Amino acid sequence: MSNAAWETLSNQAVAAAGLAYFIALLVHLAEWAALRQVAPREAALVGAAADGGESEVAAAPESDGRRTPGERVAFLGRLGFLVTCIAAGAHLVALVGRGMAADPNRVPWGNMYEFTTTGTFVVAVMYLALYRKFRLDWLAPLVVGFVLTTLMIAVIWLHEPVQPLREALNSYWLVIHVVAAIIATGAFTLGGMASLVYLLKARAGDSAKATQGWMARVPDLVSLDKIAYRVHAFAFPVWTFAVLITGPIWAHEAWSRYWNWDPKEVWAFITWVVYAGYLHARATAGWKGRNAAILALIGLATLWFNFIGINYFSTTSQHSYAIEGPVKAGVSRLPAG
Amino acid sequence: MTDSEERPVERPVARGELTARELLRWTWRQVTSMRTALVLLLLLALAAIPGSVIPQAGVDALAVTRWKEEHTQLTPIYETLDLFSVYDSVWFSAIYLLLVLSLVGCIVPRLFVYAKALRAQPPKAPRNLSRLPDHTFYVTDAAPEQVLARAREVLGKRYRLRTVVDGEETDAVSAERGYLREAGNLLFHLSVLVVLAGFAIGGLFGYQGGVILVQGSTFSNSLTQYDDFDPGGLFTPEQLNDFDFTVDDFKVQWLKSGAGAGTARGFQAALSYKEGHGEEKSYDLKVNHPLSIGKTDVFLIGHGYAPVITIRDGEGNIAYTGPTVFLPQDASFVSYGVIKASSAQPTQVGLEGLFYPTFRLYEGDPVSVFPEDLDPLVSMLVYSGDLGLDSGKAQSVYVLDKDTATQVKKKDGKPFRIDLRPGDKVKLPDGLGTVTFDGVEPWIRVQISQSPGKRIALAGVIMALIGLCGSLYLRPRRVWVRARRAAPAEPAAGSDEGSGDTMTTVVEVAGLDRSGNGDLAAVLADVVAALKNEKESRT
Ligand code: HEM
Repeated sequence: MSNAAWETLSNQAVAAAGLAYFIALLVHLAEWAALRQVAPREAALVGAAADGGESEVAAAPESDGRRTPGERVAFLGRLGFLVTCIAAGAHLVALVGRGMAADPNRVPWGNMYEFTTTGTFVVAVMYLALYRKFRLDWLAPLVVGFVLTTLMIAVIWLHEPVQPLREALNSYWLVIHVVAAIIATGAFTLGGMASLVYLLKARAGDSAKATQGWMARVPDLVSLDKIAYRVHAFAFPVWTFAVLITGPIWAHEAWSRYWNWDPKEVWAFITWVVYAGYLHARATAGWKGRNAAILALIGLATLWFNFIGINYFSTTSQHSYAIEGPVKAGVSRLPAG
Repeated sequence: MTDSEERPVERPVARGELTARELLRWTWRQVTSMRTALVLLLLLALAAIPGSVIPQAGVDALAVTRWKEEHTQLTPIYETLDLFSVYDSVWFSAIYLLLVLSLVGCIVPRLFVYAKALRAQPPKAPRNLSRLPDHTFYVTDAAPEQVLARAREVLGKRYRLRTVVDGEETDAVSAERGYLREAGNLLFHLSVLVVLAGFAIGGLFGYQGGVILVQGSTFSNSLTQYDDFDPGGLFTPEQLNDFDFTVDDFKVQWLKSGAGAGTARGFQAALSYKEGHGEEKSYDLKVNHPLSIGKTDVFLIGHGYAPVITIRDGEGNIAYTGPTVFLPQDASFVSYGVIKASSAQPTQVGLEGLFYPTFRLYEGDPVSVFPEDLDPLVSMLVYSGDLGLDSGKAQSVYVLDKDTATQVKKKDGKPFRIDLRPGDKVKLPDGLGTVTFDGVEPWIRVQISQSPGKRIALAGVIMALIGLCGSLYLRPRRVWVRARRAAPAEPAAGSDEGSGDTMTTVVEVAGLDRSGNGDLAAVLADVVAALKNEKESRT
């Protein structure tokens, strides 16, 4: 296949993945709507059973062969999961196509578009991988909605044709550094969603809303906190590895300073410190639970701000994928005298 | 909650019963240290923000100068607050030094506590296991001794077991695991100090300097040769390694077609270098491939063009000649530069203007359509008179002082502009002389630095990562198994097997998750399964 064909394939696969995520979102919304017809207790049971397949509720079909509301919910849940798997498959094809389209072939992490498509892919895959373990059915609309939206943003605003890597990015440290940063970003995003749901659930409290529909399926606060923590606890060391080990090593090779307080570095550090704060908060009386969840969301905000926002606030960043044109490193640092 | 201090064992709900002194200590640890640490961490994050929006002297001195020119009102305020060097400022340092203090105050006592905990036995089983949040029980007809022996066997593989002290009741097995979690936590926090130490060493003893070198020129490593030099507080010139190198050749591979046209694929500077009086070696300096000489690293971090221009003065003598470094203005490599012929007679001549690597007129405007020097052109304005060079004031080579100079004009009063392609020569009006554009040489900018302590910092972060993984992934917990013969009358056994005549054994299994994040129910279920398994195989 020619490079152009790969690039076309990649673009088509992104479109296909977007479509499939969209369908999955619709299915999950239908599932959500159907939940309203299910009695609260039943809803919780369906939630618990969705991963195992068997459920006391779903196992009792009505005599006329129509599905009970509980069954319908379970079916829609499974369907949504399946469609998300298909979407993630297409998403993967899109990433591989991107890498194959470049000459020479390379990892598809050269610019914002590629980072974003890869980051969302990590979110989707982590969600699918943890679906059973943590019974994540309640997170489905959030994850699929997020991935779809971010993918659309990437396609509409960030898309760039395939280009060879800029010289400073042409290093095997890129592969290690960036892959770690993207995995951590995906994981933090997923963990942040759990923290967000925690806050929503804590806010709903014991009100009627909390015992009906979607909220009823959401695990209790303690379990939510634990799920959020586990995902963050996975992401934090990966982030440490990305920004405090491989980042500085690469910066040292490419720009002669392992830590230069460049805006990207500053924000990576801020994110790291905030998440360290989150981990501390979970062990600090009075900060557990709600405050910790808020810190997790602040951490997530700093992470995404660094990823996208800082480029618009500061022009001194040496992270050259953020600026147009050839490596400017150094030129901007020329002495005034 | 992992505080190894806590001794919940005899009474899991013992918190209310701590002695006053213990309570004080507990309060000091939990409230003062942890919360202070947390607040300081968040403060540190907050304090780091301004430095990412305001240009920093250490990162981009030029941007700072520009910013100051644009914001004359704010500048004094910002200067007082150290906002142009946030990361060296007093207030930023204060936060992290406080954090370090808090850290030390936190680690040191915990080290002792941990050393004790390491040698301690798993505590005795609480009297009432069913009061623990995670507990379960089952009934069996195996003898209690048999169950307990099996429990020792099952748990002994992955847990530390309590050895029974004389005179102690022996109806239960106490097991504990996950001691390394706290070790990981301590290692992590200690490593933070190591990283800071490495960082500080680099800041104090290291230096970075930059120099622009035109192809063919030689650099020998001494202070006077640097264009800019930024030493640490304890740097001494004796630290400079003795070497020199020559830029023999510099090449850029430009992408000529495709989506990336106009961007560079690769840069190579062929150097020949010599350490002290050693033999000459060669090295291909590339981005991401620094040259290491002794403790010094040489990096390729930028490049540009130096037009070779000769000025003959009104008397026909060469007043200026040679490649002059022009600074790229943007990605198109249109570059700005000035030339000062200070010895020109009868009066000094200054040129100021732009270099276009591939010159074209686009709708009447001069542009460069490609960053490679395929069709170069220099376009400059001419000044004559006093260029301010004799006043003794230091002057930037990239700025022309026009205060006392006059712009050379054409007869019609419009500025006199010279547009030259290589080989072109132009005669200046008023008998000022001639200018020739002889050709173009590339220049490279290299960064030369020593960063002592970098290995310490690296070792520190790697240790921190290892400690972190231990601290986050190890799940310390205690498990107790108690087996008692159920008195036939006791309904507590509540089992359907308990028929009344046969002796039954009630086995209680309970656990305490010390990280607060584990899934103990599953752990206990596994333990029960393993215990029962044995029973079945024996009967
Ligand atoms: C330089 C500043 C610090 C950083 C970057 C930092 C970072 C971290 C991180 C990432 C963790 C998570 C590991 C875990 O959950 O076990 C942690 C845990 C912990 N930190 Fe810090 N820390 C700092 C300062 C301090 C200070 C000053 C104290 C003393 C009060 C402290 C006490 C603790 C304790 C007790 C834990 C264990 C919490 C638990 O068991 O979950 N830290 N720290």
